[in-house]
Amino acid sequence: MTDTHLPPAETARARSRLAMAWDSDVGWSFRRSPVAMISAFVTIALILAAVLAPLFAPHDPFNPATLNLMNGFTAPGTPNAFTGDSFLLGTDDQGRDVFSTILYGMRISLFVGFSAVAFAMVLGISLGLLAGYVGGWTETIIMRIADVQLTFPAILVAMLIFGVAKGITPIEYRDEVAIWVLIIAIGLSDWVQFARVVRGATLVEKHKEYVQAARLIGRSPLAIMLRHILPNVLSPVLVIATISLALAIIAEATLSFLGVGAPPTTPSLGTLISIGQGFLFSGEWWILFFPACTLLILALAVNLLGDWLRDALNPRLR
Amino acid sequence: MFSYIIRRVLQSVLVLLVTGLVAFAMFRFVGDPVDSMLGQERTMQDIERLRENLGLNDPFVMQYWNFLGRALQGDLGISYRQGRPVAEIIMERLPATLELAAVSGLFALVLGIGLGVFTAIRRDGFAANAIMTLSLVGVSLPTFLIGILLIYLFSVELGWLPSFGRGETVDLGWWTTGFLTKSGLIAIILPSITLGLYQMTLIMRLVRSEMLEVLRQDFIRFARARGLKERTVNFRHALKNTLVPVITVTGLQLGSIIAFAIITETVFQWPGVGLLFINAIQFVDIPVMAAYLMLISVMFVGINLIVDLLYVAIDPRLRTEGKS
Repeated sequence: MTDTHLPPAETARARSRLAMAWDSDVGWSFRRSPVAMISAFVTIALILAAVLAPLFAPHDPFNPATLNLMNGFTAPGTPNAFTGDSFLLGTDDQGRDVFSTILYGMRISLFVGFSAVAFAMVLGISLGLLAGYVGGWTETIIMRIADVQLTFPAILVAMLIFGVAKGITPIEYRDEVAIWVLIIAIGLSDWVQFARVVRGATLVEKHKEYVQAARLIGRSPLAIMLRHILPNVLSPVLVIATISLALAIIAEATLSFLGVGAPPTTPSLGTLISIGQGFLFSGEWWILFFPACTLLILALAVNLLGDWLRDALNPRLR
Repeated sequence: MFSYIIRRVLQSVLVLLVTGLVAFAMFRFVGDPVDSMLGQERTMQDIERLRENLGLNDPFVMQYWNFLGRALQGDLGISYRQGRPVAEIIMERLPATLELAAVSGLFALVLGIGLGVFTAIRRDGFAANAIMTLSLVGVSLPTFLIGILLIYLFSVELGWLPSFGRGETVDLGWWTTGFLTKSGLIAIILPSITLGLYQMTLIMRLVRSEMLEVLRQDFIRFARARGLKERTVNFRHALKNTLVPVITVTGLQLGSIIAFAIITETVFQWPGVGLLFINAIQFVDIPVMAAYLMLISVMFVGINLIVDLLYVAIDPRLRTEGKS
């Protein structure tokens, strides 16, 4: 390394990005907020647990070869009466380890959540930039559609899109594409928030000098939108994306719980809760309780993180 | 003022036309009606004749126009799954949903305003702080989990309340009501709390913050200086001045109560239009889905319109602005 030969300022610049983020205003606010630190820790831990599910999970719940029906309805912590096998969080009716199904279910929930938000973000940002920068008829049409969609709750829009998509796909492919349909349905129900914020910010930015300068040197409108305006409107987008993630996870769980989401072959947390509800009256509470708690903790942690981010990035609150 | 009303009504009609178009497109392009109406042994002539009779060869705009006309006359097509007119099925199910929505709305409004005023007046009290903290948890709980929690507590553990269904209902000819039987009244308790809880916390937090704002103003201090009773100050003077935003939010929330009834109805197997809609999605019953979309958009747009007009009627400042 040539660090020693650089002047002091250069050494500072050569420090890792992580350390710089830690020292920034947002990092300072992060270090001062125990709620933010705890919720960030919980979120990251849950994401890691989901991504590394094959490493952590004691069983593969979706491989029928490893399942033993005799293990069905084993209570958490106590060994099964027939097989003597013990399960940390118990098993469901088919003898699947609840802890493992939660890890794999969370994978689906998080995958759908992240993909739906990414889709909503790309769509919302593009339409918002277009509406704000181009203006005129383009703007009117885009924002009118947004207004009409905003009249209806997002979950209802997602249900409708899911239903229509289900009608279009042939029966034999329905289970295969269900996850993707879910992502598109939740994403399409959520783009309006992004489009509105980006449009508002773009309207402010486009009259600033740097945009006029870029136009003067002959950059194309597309380049101005993506390379000049977009980086300057991203911080509110980040806040909305975090809060949207919590909403998308809950929306996914709700749809799957209602039976119009993830298919039983690839259950998400919502599917697991809906399976567990069936055993509530017969006393097997753990099949419902643990997936429900996981969903709650996940949604709460992401929500609190979003709340903190909103305050931390708000210049008026600094 | 008058031009504002006209503009607002026209806007609502436009929204309805757009959702009607979406419903029609679903009707027309998702699944071929000819396929589902003719059997295996059909000839090209059969298909052509049916297409002509159904008006499927007309221009798109004409078809849409006819569709709207039929919808206005109450003809919403025939359910693929039940083989009965959709309008009939919906009319059968609508009372259950409307009764549920009305009770939840009332619950949310009364308890929301009551607790909102309470937490605003006793701002630093222990009970008020406890309520505020609880409401935070309530907001982050998904509706279906609240429902399951209540079922577990009151049906499974305590055995006090039924966990599903509407109880016995009384048929009034065009309306079936659960309000007149004991089992019907008991059955509506848990679903309406589940459905109204989120709206209740929303109204509560709104009333609280508005009250805190108003209580700080001079006319409240004056009212106290005049020696008015604390009750009179809080309710006649302070609460009255917080009601405009509360009415707006409550009105708009009424729409989402009807939409979120889908989730509550599924958890409690409540035989309303929401459950009908979920079943329609599961079985790809397009006419029912399209009809539900139109029904709910009429309700939503109607509620939004009424709230906007009420807003002008209640707040005199908006009226003078409209005139000038």
